[in-house]
Amino acid sequence: MTDPIIKFDAVGKRFGSVTVLDGLDFEVAEGEKVTIIGPSGSGKSTILRILMTLESISDGVVYVGGEPLWHERKGGNFVPASESHLREMRRLLGMVFQSFNLFPHMTVLRNLTEAPVRVLGLSRAEARERGLELLDMVGLADQAKKFPHQLSGGQQQRVAIARALAMRPKIMLFDEPTSALDPELVGEVQAVIRQLAEEHDLTMLLVTHEMRFAREISDRVCFIDGGRIREEGAPEEFFTNPKEERTRDFLHAILADN
Amino acid sequence: MHWTEYLVPLGQGAWVTVQLTFWSTIFGAILSFAAGIGKLSGFAAIRWLSVSYIEIFRGTSLLVQLFWLYFALPIVGEMAGIDLRFSPVIVGILALSLNIGAYGAEVVRGSIQAVTRAQYEAARALNFTPRQTLFRIALPQAIPEMMPPFDNLAIQNLKDTALVSLITLGDLAFRAEQLRNFTQDSTTIFSLVLIMYFGMALVLTAMMRVLARMVGRWRQTGR
Repeated sequence: MTDPIIKFDAVGKRFGSVTVLDGLDFEVAEGEKVTIIGPSGSGKSTILRILMTLESISDGVVYVGGEPLWHERKGGNFVPASESHLREMRRLLGMVFQSFNLFPHMTVLRNLTEAPVRVLGLSRAEARERGLELLDMVGLADQAKKFPHQLSGGQQQRVAIARALAMRPKIMLFDEPTSALDPELVGEVQAVIRQLAEEHDLTMLLVTHEMRFAREISDRVCFIDGGRIREEGAPEEFFTNPKEERTRDFLHAILADN
Repeated sequence: MHWTEYLVPLGQGAWVTVQLTFWSTIFGAILSFAAGIGKLSGFAAIRWLSVSYIEIFRGTSLLVQLFWLYFALPIVGEMAGIDLRFSPVIVGILALSLNIGAYGAEVVRGSIQAVTRAQYEAARALNFTPRQTLFRIALPQAIPEMMPPFDNLAIQNLKDTALVSLITLGDLAFRAEQLRNFTQDSTTIFSLVLIMYFGMALVLTAMMRVLARMVGRWRQTGR
């Protein structure tokens, strides 16, 4: 078995006196599609935000691609990561946010080309070609010249997925990608994510409340509560035969809701 | 003197006022961005410098700043062995720019900080450098938000130019005072001056509106 591409080793995260992650151990294999579920405030989004370097950690070590994310090796020791180390590590990761976070002052295509040109150093022509390919993949080739506010929420989220992919990450993080959408728009975004999961060897980490979707696309489902993984397993087993009491309670509550 | 004869000297004064307003608004805008961005800098020295500038020039009267730069600075310079005597035009533009720049800096800082955290997070996730994030993500969204308060400041600046008449600069207010001393026709002269300032303010607002539309074009495209 190869080394995991993501590894949380006894990771703690505190905001003031609130403990969000409590000695979390968590691994994801390369190419694996993992869904994280759990009650709000359980720390599931924090896991993604730590990986995207939007949130630092309080204890432990996070490894991405075998390298410490929030630390650097110096001599035999780990020292806190410098900004240049974080920049280097960030190249491996892409993130899709709940509220899309497209740049409102740029056209759809510009949203997809700006970072590849400025950050990766691609030529305008290359970036444009790649951008149009990605827009085609998410079914929005005809919207390239529009501004984000001219699109529906579902379309905006599809652009946001394409924007993250334009940076060619090895790991894609989806933070409740359909939670801000009107119900009739959820399907089109899920279809794009499903297609990604099926056709690409990307490692995917998804936080969602859509249990049916989680079941369809995941290799593994993790239930997190109180800052730790309480139960994990293949989706069939996890959803039909949860072992832990609190997993059952959670699934019962959320499925009764749907 | 017939009132139409006032128009020539008043027109000359108005032209000086226009030039003062133009240059001090341009330099004031540059100072606004420098100090507003400086106040958000990661370097303590730059932050400290920006805050000091903003607080000193917001916290003292423009009139005193004018007098200080015109009457006190040359003496300070003399003591230090440097020639710091400047013409009234230079001092006028300098004082007005520094003053309006201090107010503008707070507008710039506030507008940059009003760009949502989500935008900064998206920029970080895409690995933009802090500088790229400021110039390519934050400022293009912040600048349209700055335009209404900048319009206010520009008009404030136009009206503040009247104070430079007190350091013998021949602007509109100075010419008006000269004419009044000569003719005693206060009502006509000051009525004309009032209308002229108002006219200039209207033109200025119209110009700011065009500018606002230019920098905020992406917001107006229809659905």
